[in-house]
Amino acid sequence: MLSNFDFGVVTASLPYLFGQGMVFTVTLTALAAGMGVVLGTLIAMARLSGVPGLKHVAKVYVELMRSLPLVLVIFWFYFLVPYIGAWVTGASNPVQVGAFSSALITFTLFEAAYFSEIMRAGIQSISKGQTAAASALGMTYWQSMANVVLPQAFRNMLPLLLTQTIVLFQDTSLVYVLSLTDFLGAASKVAQRDGRLVEMYLFAAVVYFAVCFSASFLVRRLQSRVAIIR
Amino acid sequence: MNYNWNWGIFFEASPEGTGTYADMLLSGLLWTIATALCSWIIAFFLGSLVGVMRTLPSKAANAVGTAYVELFRNIPLLVQMFLWYFVLPELLPQSLGNALKQLPNAPFYTGVVCLGFFTASRVAEQVRAGIQSLPRGQKMAGTAMGFTVAQTYRYVILPNAYRVILPPMTSEFLNNLKNTSVALTIGLLELTARARSMQEFSFQVFEAFTAATLIYVLVNLVVITAASFLERGVAVPGQR
Repeated sequence: MLSNFDFGVVTASLPYLFGQGMVFTVTLTALAAGMGVVLGTLIAMARLSGVPGLKHVAKVYVELMRSLPLVLVIFWFYFLVPYIGAWVTGASNPVQVGAFSSALITFTLFEAAYFSEIMRAGIQSISKGQTAAASALGMTYWQSMANVVLPQAFRNMLPLLLTQTIVLFQDTSLVYVLSLTDFLGAASKVAQRDGRLVEMYLFAAVVYFAVCFSASFLVRRLQSRVAIIR
Repeated sequence: MNYNWNWGIFFEASPEGTGTYADMLLSGLLWTIATALCSWIIAFFLGSLVGVMRTLPSKAANAVGTAYVELFRNIPLLVQMFLWYFVLPELLPQSLGNALKQLPNAPFYTGVVCLGFFTASRVAEQVRAGIQSLPRGQKMAGTAMGFTVAQTYRYVILPNAYRVILPPMTSEFLNNLKNTSVALTIGLLELTARARSMQEFSFQVFEAFTAATLIYVLVNLVVITAASFLERGVAVPGQR
């Protein structure tokens, strides 16, 4: 049955697929995850801060992002970012932002909502007594967050943060709708150029599976190692 | 910022010649809902089956269930969409493959099947977690009463497990609803796709996406409200 298929097209395009596509995907995932965790932590702190306006803005932001499909959010930012750029820099015309920056901004802001939910649970998992003890020692809010609460919250939530990063790695394939050359985009371009849809998409599926399966296996290993026995 | 707002755009005729832009978004919403509901039926039953398999004593059933979940969770939804739409018809015998390609509304059927199988892997994890959260005594009590394994699941374990997992199942349902937008890549004219084509025809980017955003938020609220009614309706009196 597979005799009609020519898997030579896969080997011929390997440098393109990995050299450009996979590099794009991995860079986007790593940067968006890093920035998303930082932003998400700030959002989580805002939600738990008890400051009236701030708390509500953070909640509305998270709920809004979580109720929209990622594809719609990608379109939103693709058109919105140039206008925001013009607004920030005071230019009269929309600012040209590269496709990569646009995608990076989108994924950072979108995933920050999901990371913030994880970090909120993480911060709440630290007992009140610890923050009380920190303030009894004369620490400011930021000092007790930075030295007492967040290090433990990160440790407790590390497996979940990494699992969400694997989800993010899979989600970056959706930049396909903007015709960017991520791993799937590269595979798709070769597939359409050479009329080899079956070979290229099967190969892409195998690669994604291998990466995500081994990554989640490593996360499970890590989970049992960093878990604090209480 | 020079952007020409025109909120009246929704009542102008769309270039498709069958009604206004508002009608266009509405028809997108109907496709979104239809796809979400149909795929949820597959996801619910297949997911429950796989989830139950992962809790059975049989090693083989366990292995099949685990393989299913790992396979469908570790491949991006978009890639799965392409596999069902572009790859599957080529791998089937030629006549069957051709019949699939000529199917009217092929993106809809493909989207439903793809989302159904994809979401099933997530539902399976919830069902398994729900079953494992129950005290072991329930299964034992079922056995002691002389129930077969199937009867224990049907009358004792599943009714309890589904009640436990109703909240996470609601969020899986919402995820499934949002994921229907991925089917626009294979040509399903659902809400996001319609907002996109409205933007392409009219250049009113922000009106189109704002409308789509509001509709998604509204649908989410409706689902969450319905789920909380359902939760109250099926709650066992006196429990918890």
